[in-house]
Amino acid sequence: MSTIEAKSELPGTRANPPQAVGTLVLGGKSFDSRLIVGTGKYKSYDLMREALAASGARVVTVAVRRERLVNDRGESLLQFLDLTRYVILPNTAGCFTADDAVRVARLGRELLTQLQNPGATWVKLEVLGDKKTLLPDPAGTLEATRQLVADGFQVLAYSSDDPIAAVRLKEAGATSVMPAGSPIGSGQGILNRNNIVLCLELLKHGDPTYPVIVDAGVGCASDVSLAMELGADGVLLNTAIAHAMHPVMMAEAMKNATLAGRQSYIAGRIPKRLYASASSPWDGAISYIPGE
Amino acid sequence: MSMVVIVNDQEHTLPEPLSVSALLVRLGLDKQPCAVEVNRKLVPKLRHPLHDLVEGDKVEVVTLVGGG
Repeated sequence: MSTIEAKSELPGTRANPPQAVGTLVLGGKSFDSRLIVGTGKYKSYDLMREALAASGARVVTVAVRRERLVNDRGESLLQFLDLTRYVILPNTAGCFTADDAVRVARLGRELLTQLQNPGATWVKLEVLGDKKTLLPDPAGTLEATRQLVADGFQVLAYSSDDPIAAVRLKEAGATSVMPAGSPIGSGQGILNRNNIVLCLELLKHGDPTYPVIVDAGVGCASDVSLAMELGADGVLLNTAIAHAMHPVMMAEAMKNATLAGRQSYIAGRIPKRLYASASSPWDGAISYIPGE
Repeated sequence: MSMVVIVNDQEHTLPEPLSVSALLVRLGLDKQPCAVEVNRKLVPKLRHPLHDLVEGDKVEVVTLVGGG
């Protein structure tokens, strides 16, 4: 065996020219950042606001919860989010049934309609199967996707990295399928890169602009670059920034990693080879060369 | 005529029957964006003044918080 093929014909490569490097097209809207970030787990809202700005993200996720309208400092999240800058993507985190996810999605739509934010018809759909792993329940996610699509939502569906489950969500009308790199908040990165590649291949088959976003599990900037190098359209993350030692610096690193990964994907990596390939010419070398 | 409703899993005794709008004023929640469900069904903001609560209604009042 002389070569190891690391990248076969991935979707969106030469046969299907990719979109511009920095543009994410999602739900009929175009964004100059391919990074989507969460607003949870920050030590303060001020820190969150600064990190969001440093990330360059234009879409940010939020959760819907019972009246905790102010925190113990008398602050509320909405005071710290520039609603003219960000599309607010409400999630259904904490839901374990399709029915609850549909209820929460409708409550999120109601809130964002009041705020006149373009994210009003969007939902980051999470239907979880287990509190410890936070892994998605594929049957519940599929059922909720069907109901929400019928109700006019643009569903961004958090999924496992199972390529067939991902395809079923697309068939049910999901605006985007968002396979997990690894469990939410685990920082394990992309555990099964081949599954992400298969998700991309199947979801983009005959539909190269279908947006696929790697969601969950990111621990550091290289995880983001890897997702983008595999051909993902974007990455969604929260904990890796919010719980970094220096969240604002990490946010900037994530921004740069997203761009670097996308550029690397479009530029086209070289195949992996088993043997070396000298960068300096052999011709004219004055040294002793073993075997010659 | 007082009545009891459940708001976010807590009993609230109201001195008189109230609309959703009046309940939010009573709870001090009328100034910020919030969404309301009654008995697991969304009540859009435009209908808050028109939707009268009845004894035993289960009300959820929610807002947006940080999340991923």
